[in-house]
Amino acid sequence: MSAKANHSPHRLSEKAFFESSGSALKDPKLRRNFKRAMNGLMEKRRDIFPDASELEETRGRAGGIRRKTLAYFPELLEKLEANCESNGIRVHWAETTEQANQIVLEIARSTNTRLAVKGKSMVSEEMHLNAFLEKHDIEAIESDLGEYIIQVVNELPSHIIMPAIHKNLEEISQLFQEKVDPNRSSESAEEMTATARLILRQKFHDADMGISGVNFAVAETGTLCLVENEGNGRFSTTLPKVHVAVMGIEKVVESLQDLPPLLKMLTRSATGQPITTYFNMISGPRREGELDGPEEVHLVLLDHGRSKIYEDELLRETLLCIRCGACMNHCPVYTRIGGHAYNAVYPGPIGKILTPQIEGIESVGYLANASSLCGACVEVCPVKIPITDILLRLRRNRVRKKNARHWTDLNGGKSLMELMTWKGWKQVLSQPSLYRTQASLLSRIGNLLPAQIPVLRQWARSRSLPRFSKKPLHRLVEEAGIDHE
Amino acid sequence: MNESASSRSRILKRLHGIHSQSRFADHPEITEPQSPSWTTEEKISRLKSMMESVHSEIHCCSERDFDTVFRKVADEKSIASLLYAKNTQLGSRIHSLKQSTPEKMPELVNYDVTIETMKKRIFSIDASITETLGGIAETGSLILWPSRDEPRLMSLIPPIHLAVLQAEKIYNTFSEAIDEGRWAEKGMPTNALLISGPSKTADIEQTLVYGVHGPKQLVVFIIQ
Repeated sequence: MSAKANHSPHRLSEKAFFESSGSALKDPKLRRNFKRAMNGLMEKRRDIFPDASELEETRGRAGGIRRKTLAYFPELLEKLEANCESNGIRVHWAETTEQANQIVLEIARSTNTRLAVKGKSMVSEEMHLNAFLEKHDIEAIESDLGEYIIQVVNELPSHIIMPAIHKNLEEISQLFQEKVDPNRSSESAEEMTATARLILRQKFHDADMGISGVNFAVAETGTLCLVENEGNGRFSTTLPKVHVAVMGIEKVVESLQDLPPLLKMLTRSATGQPITTYFNMISGPRREGELDGPEEVHLVLLDHGRSKIYEDELLRETLLCIRCGACMNHCPVYTRIGGHAYNAVYPGPIGKILTPQIEGIESVGYLANASSLCGACVEVCPVKIPITDILLRLRRNRVRKKNARHWTDLNGGKSLMELMTWKGWKQVLSQPSLYRTQASLLSRIGNLLPAQIPVLRQWARSRSLPRFSKKPLHRLVEEAGIDHE
Repeated sequence: MNESASSRSRILKRLHGIHSQSRFADHPEITEPQSPSWTTEEKISRLKSMMESVHSEIHCCSERDFDTVFRKVADEKSIASLLYAKNTQLGSRIHSLKQSTPEKMPELVNYDVTIETMKKRIFSIDASITETLGGIAETGSLILWPSRDEPRLMSLIPPIHLAVLQAEKIYNTFSEAIDEGRWAEKGMPTNALLISGPSKTADIEQTLVYGVHGPKQLVVFIIQ
């Protein structure tokens, strides 16, 4: 896991995370918005999976397909590349987000692009592509309604499926009045949608380039698939003369027959829909004689740490993710602090395991601690990613890494203090006389110990100290006449 | 070697470098799903109810009645201009309908030049009419394979999309459509689509609104 230069305009630090989650917890409006939305999404998902055993079977199937894909990962990427190329799609590879941005910029320059319209893409968020293009005088307009709303106010998406979910109708209406079109009535969702339609249709008409993500890329046929409801994805990939698709390398699947079960799990887990309005399968640029479609299609394959993640058998399961967002919808932590508190592109449970692995465990490993390990995410994950196991592994890796310079690294990365504590604990518990002495000592003076002394101080920082009983348990048991043998 | 090529070789080298035992370790058996096998009647009614639940309008009619039903819909929706593809079977039918009863038909616009030539025009047309490759009963979806004759943007830009579906081409599932249509063997078109309703969004406070970027209305004629 490498710590890469992070071009995020948002500062990632443990302190900032504590502050932002603390203030999110104290924001009743934000909590109301999230609670309402998450309750709604959970309900919709529950309704579309009425049969628990069928759901289990479908999860198993979807997970199986993704696991099979990862078993043949490099071979499938090579096959995808070959079939895309023979379809006329130009394939580019990027190890880092900087390289990926550079590739997009070069394509933009070679095609004289001034305006790009974007379909929703989390990988492009990972690249901070909009800010990068803007720096080079290329306007990139988000065209998914939710993404458009947050772009207008320059925020990160707070949810990977519903980017503007942290805002309520009133807040969005206000920003439409102030920043989108003061001359049009923008009170209801219908009115605002109509306004956005007008503005963005003009952008689609004018754009030189369309940028999209990829939900699945089929190696067998060299086909890029996009799942969407609005039609902005179709516009972005059909109308401008150049289409650039950016994709994390793990989005590859083997065959067309892998699509139906994955699509089914994606839309049902995400929003409780049996299918989205559009499932768009793109297998190349405009062919001879065709009247529309882009003249150039480019595919940018982004690694950004994924091939490193692949090295470890457990951590590899992170790459199974199909980005449905069900884990955040069901996460008690996410629901309470919201998506922005994480200060990361991917919030919620999937973000807690993905972000430290791609941005570096030294810098953002603390995200793995922001979980109660309740396992709700594991239960709803459509491809059965063992999120809690991965969280625990990342916590362990982080602690080891932190203490790695210490001579005690020979002892599995435990600090001297931790090592001594465990040794002492073992001594006490394995010798009855020592245990009794300690117990009677603590029952007499334990409650007098000040919370400020070392060791206790760390414990007491976020907990209250336990009260010691006047008599140890074994004494109470004896007095009650219970034979402890 | 350029940067993309060297990135490529480094990424693939890392992935290939993983011990094959670790890569192929007990990945589970993938079970085949139980596929429904509905009768044509059941498939029509399933597709109809699925599509109607997301605001599509469905008209079932016979081959012979299509002209009347189509004209009625066009009239009800006050469609003044209609984008069509003259070279398709459906297109030539629409064309001869216009010739036989010009006063009862909208103005027809044939999509026969490149989008660059007719971009402005196409944004001002009321409706479009296209054929479909088939339908999917399970999810209530239309399958479209746009072509030279029937380009991609026909089903996207005009605010009303009229689509004609042959009842016998409704498959049980998406998977069956891929299999029976031999998609992988035949090779994919530039763009293949599943369309399951008019364009929609719920990005503003989860309020469902139809007609965001694509068509506001989807009308399906199922020909029995």
